[in-house]
Amino acid sequence: MTQALLREIIDYANRANPYPLYEELRKTPVSHDGNGPYVVSTYYEIQSLLHDPRISSDSRNLKSTGDDPLGQSADDEGTALPPSFLKLDPPDHDRLRRMTNRPFGPPHSPHRVHDMRDELHGLVDGLIDNIAATGNLDRVDLVDQFAYPFPVSVICRLLGVPHEDEPRFHVWAETLAASLDPDPDADPTRRGQGTADARMELGMYLAGLIEERRKNPGDDMLSQLATADGPDGAMTTMEALSTSALLLIAGHETTVNLITNGMLTLLRHPDVLQRLRKEPGLSVPIVEELLRYEPPVQLLPQRTTLSDIEVAGVNIPKGASLWLILASGNRDPKRFENPDRFDPDRKDIQHLGLGSGIHSCFGAPLARQEAQMALSELARRLENPRLLEDPPPYRQNAVLRGPRHLPIACDGVLPKAA
Amino acid sequence: MTGERIRDGALEHLKREGRIVIVGASLAGLRAAETMRDKGFAGSLTLIGDEPHEPYDRPPLSKQVLLGNALADHTALPRRRAIDADWRLGVPATGLDMTARRVRLGNGDEVEYDRLLIATGVRARPWPNEEEGSLQGVFVLRTRDDGEGLQRALADNPRRVLVIGAGFTGSEIASACRERGLNVTVAERGGAPLVGALGGVIGEVAAEMHREHGVDLRTGVMVTALEGDPSGRVRAAHLSDGSTVEADVVVVSLGAQRNTEWLAGSGLGAGPRGIACDAGCRAFDIRGIVTDDIYVAGDVARSPHALFGYQFLSLEHWGNAVAQADTAAHNMLSESADRRPHLWVPAFWSSQFGVNIKSVGVPPMGTEILITQGSLAERRFAAVYGYQGRVIAAVTFDNCRWLPFYEHQIESTAPFPPPFATVDRRPEGNKPLPADFPDPSVPTHGPTITLSGYSPADRKMTFTPGR
Amino acid sequence: MRLVVDLNRCQGYAQCAFLAPDVFAMHGDESLLYNPEAPAEQREDVVRAVAACPVGAILLELTDEDMAGMVSQDTVAGAGAASASGGAR
Repeated sequence: MTQALLREIIDYANRANPYPLYEELRKTPVSHDGNGPYVVSTYYEIQSLLHDPRISSDSRNLKSTGDDPLGQSADDEGTALPPSFLKLDPPDHDRLRRMTNRPFGPPHSPHRVHDMRDELHGLVDGLIDNIAATGNLDRVDLVDQFAYPFPVSVICRLLGVPHEDEPRFHVWAETLAASLDPDPDADPTRRGQGTADARMELGMYLAGLIEERRKNPGDDMLSQLATADGPDGAMTTMEALSTSALLLIAGHETTVNLITNGMLTLLRHPDVLQRLRKEPGLSVPIVEELLRYEPPVQLLPQRTTLSDIEVAGVNIPKGASLWLILASGNRDPKRFENPDRFDPDRKDIQHLGLGSGIHSCFGAPLARQEAQMALSELARRLENPRLLEDPPPYRQNAVLRGPRHLPIACDGVLPKAA
Repeated sequence: MTGERIRDGALEHLKREGRIVIVGASLAGLRAAETMRDKGFAGSLTLIGDEPHEPYDRPPLSKQVLLGNALADHTALPRRRAIDADWRLGVPATGLDMTARRVRLGNGDEVEYDRLLIATGVRARPWPNEEEGSLQGVFVLRTRDDGEGLQRALADNPRRVLVIGAGFTGSEIASACRERGLNVTVAERGGAPLVGALGGVIGEVAAEMHREHGVDLRTGVMVTALEGDPSGRVRAAHLSDGSTVEADVVVVSLGAQRNTEWLAGSGLGAGPRGIACDAGCRAFDIRGIVTDDIYVAGDVARSPHALFGYQFLSLEHWGNAVAQADTAAHNMLSESADRRPHLWVPAFWSSQFGVNIKSVGVPPMGTEILITQGSLAERRFAAVYGYQGRVIAAVTFDNCRWLPFYEHQIESTAPFPPPFATVDRRPEGNKPLPADFPDPSVPTHGPTITLSGYSPADRKMTFTPGR
Repeated sequence: MRLVVDLNRCQGYAQCAFLAPDVFAMHGDESLLYNPEAPAEQREDVVRAVAACPVGAILLELTDEDMAGMVSQDTVAGAGAASASGGAR
């Protein structure tokens, strides 16, 4: 039953709307059969597991998945790089995250993200100007022409990765993002090899950059990670590599979905879009509601138990694989009233869209600012935008879920704000 | 059926045109008033407060305000809604006539009530020698005016600050002083800072934090006298070990006293340990009979808690004031079957020396402690307290995201020591240690939870009427 | 603009300190210090911080002056007696 449902969730045919499947899943808050993972789909159970110290994010604590057809290849990190803090437990996770945060956020860099607002605005202005400049408003792909290039430019500038190298690492990032996707039909050995190769190549590329920044440090994060020397000491080269790889991929593969899911949802709710045009501040609650309603990361498939635990009456043995279906918890009617309604006026909105607990999204404040600015400017400047395909074509990935293309048409593009 | 209708009628009447009086215009009083209006109370609402200020938030006074990052008079609490109240500020309540349902005020006025909520809170325990305590440069820290005065004194760059008492407030004051670059001596009667609230194991960590940040920490000593100069300014303190500390500023941080003196002789079960109330916040009278029109909330309340053996707990906690006020307000306007128990799990936080200390449960009940995550030496850890084989409390230092898990352990009376593995378990987390709380009969400086037995009448204490 | 943070709820996600760094500040890795009466010109940032708090711990009151200085439908008007007005969240 569970396995069949999981297969359906992973099945590309259901990518555009997995929510009825999640609803089915929630009938059993913790479901499991065969030697598949324990799948947790209800809000309170997910929330409590995200704060449960008996749960590990380190795949080395996972018992062999054996012949589990849904199991991930045991070592998708390959040997090229050590695991990033995403896949580590404290104290290593905490130490690396603290060190990464030093050049990024408070207490040491409290204004960095806030002060990127003007830069973000400039990027958004430029991309929308480019849309206008193509002269072809009958068919605009909001992914290729906006939602992808915007966060990529931001993460490149923040890290100090040359933007002209983007086509190279784009391929690696795609491959690595795909490795998070539990594709039942992929050949695990071949995919594992592809992932390892991509990590290796990305690692080599970043190693070159880090080497160069150690000699000529700038004010970018890569330089600061490479030369850090705070109370936690310095990062090893390998740590700096896996951390910067994580930031580069996460910056690539998540915010694009938040923005695209956002525009898709707004185009499906013209009343809200209309309000946003007049009231740019509405982008703030809209983005929070989007993180609940269409979260860019749908599920966390990489947790495991350090002890036998009981969740919602189900005994989960030590070493079991746990999947936390964030997007399902976000639609749990036990937590949210009218959960399938997109409602930016919702007051009580403690969604799981950015996770919770120690692994909650590192780039959350940046993603929020990017999405708020993107949505309010697109709403303001695109005249009479409309969807050309609904649903639009989706990316393969079931975990980092979002449209591959978002074809729209509009009547005109208003000039940027003075 | 008829009786039912009459009772309903009485409640409806109360809601429509009743008179509710709240004595105590701070956090608990304000939040209770808001809840009452939320619940549709349309009658008259009077808030009586002895301070001249509208309700303000106290936690910033020992942190942001002392650091100079926020102004003491900029701490007024945000309102959740309009409460349309008759404010009697700057006037203390001086007496209660339970029979006539009247509160007497310091200016001679009397205010009649149909329902009374007492939320008079606590005040700083003053220096026992009044003359020494009134020397210039001697402070306590409880009110906004205290905070403002102390902040100004610290801004004058005193040569040394002496903090008497290393509870949470005293420790936060010492931390702020060090951050301002001031020399500071802390004198604590117990064996370590925070020992009354968190026990000796954690107290030792706190002591290291003090010393590492350059605090001159003296433990196991008492200040025996404060000495002034001819102009009436404090200049030094004499300690029980024979030493003398020269200081221009002395902060007396010896915990709190409950504001119950005004109830002396009223017949209410009020004493130095607070006002006893049932789990529904209704006050007991001196005979141990619960009243039906007088409710208690916040720091001044002692109420029994099911999770902790139904002992009366006194909690000087921000969150308790909010939660208990909400429950009291709800119950004041509800039929008995609709009343709710106040089952808040004690929780508090403190910010000192750049470390976030948070706790849930009742640590002083613990006899053992286990460091389940992280390490004491790194000052990043989670620890649980055990009592009779169950988890009774938890504390974290810069590890608060795990706290909800431990709170659930306490609520579900989970076994101690915890029989499971956790992330970040270190060798020091393999075996429980004695929690090492001081003998409760020996007062330490300000535990913020007091277990006060099972007697609602609080008769074992000697009651001293206010001056 | 008055505000208060329920620091029992706060888990140090620091979203407020990222988004409104002139009002909220991290003190160490996990402790939050904030200005309980932020200047009105910080309103936009503070509103972002309130919305982003993953545990809904920030209570913000918009004072009359704040409300006079803006035109927005999303604030609740209050018929306050003293200085009380509406409250977000």
